[in-house]
Amino acid sequence: MSRHLRVDPIACEAHGMCAELLPELVELDEWGYPIVDGRALAPELVEHAQRAVRACPTFALLVEQRAAHAHPSRPRPQPKNSSAVS
Amino acid sequence: MSVATPTLAGLPRLLAGVAEHGSLDLVAHLDVHGPAPELPAPGRGRHSALIDEVEAAGLRGRGGAGYPTALKMHAVTAARGRRRTMVVVNAAEGEPASLKDRTLLESTPHLVLDGAALAARAVAAGEIVVCVGEDTPEVLATVSAAAAERNRLRERIPMRIAAVPGGYVAGQESAIVNHLDGRAAKPRHTPPMIFERGVGGRPTLLSNAETFAHVAQIARHGAGWFRGLGTAEHPGSTLVTLGGPVVAPGVYEIGHGTSLRSLVDAAGGLTESLRAVLIGGYSGTWIGASQAGDLTLDDGCLAPHGASTGAGVVALLGESACPVAETVRVASWLADESAGQCGPCIFGLDAVAGRLDEWAAGLAGDGREEQLRLASVIRGRGACRHPDGALRFVASAIRVFAAEFADHGSRGPCGACTAAPSLPLPGYERGSPTPALAGAWR
Repeated sequence: MSRHLRVDPIACEAHGMCAELLPELVELDEWGYPIVDGRALAPELVEHAQRAVRACPTFALLVEQRAAHAHPSRPRPQPKNSSAVS
Repeated sequence: MSVATPTLAGLPRLLAGVAEHGSLDLVAHLDVHGPAPELPAPGRGRHSALIDEVEAAGLRGRGGAGYPTALKMHAVTAARGRRRTMVVVNAAEGEPASLKDRTLLESTPHLVLDGAALAARAVAAGEIVVCVGEDTPEVLATVSAAAAERNRLRERIPMRIAAVPGGYVAGQESAIVNHLDGRAAKPRHTPPMIFERGVGGRPTLLSNAETFAHVAQIARHGAGWFRGLGTAEHPGSTLVTLGGPVVAPGVYEIGHGTSLRSLVDAAGGLTESLRAVLIGGYSGTWIGASQAGDLTLDDGCLAPHGASTGAGVVALLGESACPVAETVRVASWLADESAGQCGPCIFGLDAVAGRLDEWAAGLAGDGREEQLRLASVIRGRGACRHPDGALRFVASAIRVFAAEFADHGSRGPCGACTAAPSLPLPGYERGSPTPALAGAWR
């Protein structure tokens, strides 16, 4: 299993706590919303990441466990719809 | 808009009988298609014969994503346990350039409802919900009348019709689930996936209306028959909405892999020379006229262009239209259609549309680098695929119309910027000035 940082973009209200507490992994865009990459967390950063998760005022930051073989940006088989259509 | 089918072998399938009957009521439907087969409901832990047949047919969803329908049906079955599942027919059709779902439901509603009833039996559903856009009352009326007619068929799974809000993202599948559960019709953050936890928390088979019509035909005629049209990878026929400068724009049924040229011929040919074609609607991709000549409408041929047939929108743009003004107008509309939930979509698409407008008005010099930068910041960061779709549309426009954008960037609006819009948008009357550019001219 590996751990990955994820943002729930609907819950996120750009408080910026995550970037404050976890500058190694979180960058803010020009509107103040966090950009995280899907890579596995380095073991020494897991505790820091969990602290940032607890500090998020809107519970928008998540640490996810994934099976080791899963592709980081594609965690599950997903019947996806294009944005709207259908 | 007309409903027509090119004179191709084996067609029409879905639209069989429509030319003679207009709209097929139950009597006409049974006359044209015959009764739906009585497929035994699968026992617990047993496989459905219908799902096997749909799998063998290689049917892919017709709502835009092209996901294999049998995989979805298997996933719902696997997630079911002892619970009843749900079947949801999505005919919300929020894409302004698409008319195929409403056309299908208005002309042959029972084929869609047959497919929904058959699929519902295969996945042991407790209820079927047919979702129709509230902005199409005539479709609602037709489907309601058709559902009432089916009382005679003594189908055991109850069916209801739901009017869903209009709007581009309201037709997205998780937005449909939210609406049916009494929440705002906005996309949700997934997982859980809809096939695991959909309407009312039940495993839900949610597919596009046309997909269900194909299921009904596969049940009647089998996988081999279905594969008699189309390509190996994308078998069967499909509905496309052809718009722009042709003699008879409208909804056409074609086999996957039909050439763009023969589709245009079937619509009576071009009324002016072609500048470009937009494939896949407003989350789709532009292809320039120089490359459009040899195009066939299947994903194998479209993939090298970064395009896919999506929900079947083929929007032609003539030489008289300004592609820059058209792009700015649609980009502004897409920004306005954000559900307003995710920051990168709300602020990002607004920035994309705003800077595109300034570029087109000659106020910002060359806006290309800025567009590429914004796209790299925004891409992949929405809960749904709306921002990514809008970015794809804009990126292909500035690639295909590079010369036109460069010209606008240095010289400002062209003579054709004020022409009547070619790409349809709800609320924008044909012939009204381009709203996004109007501000720049004051």
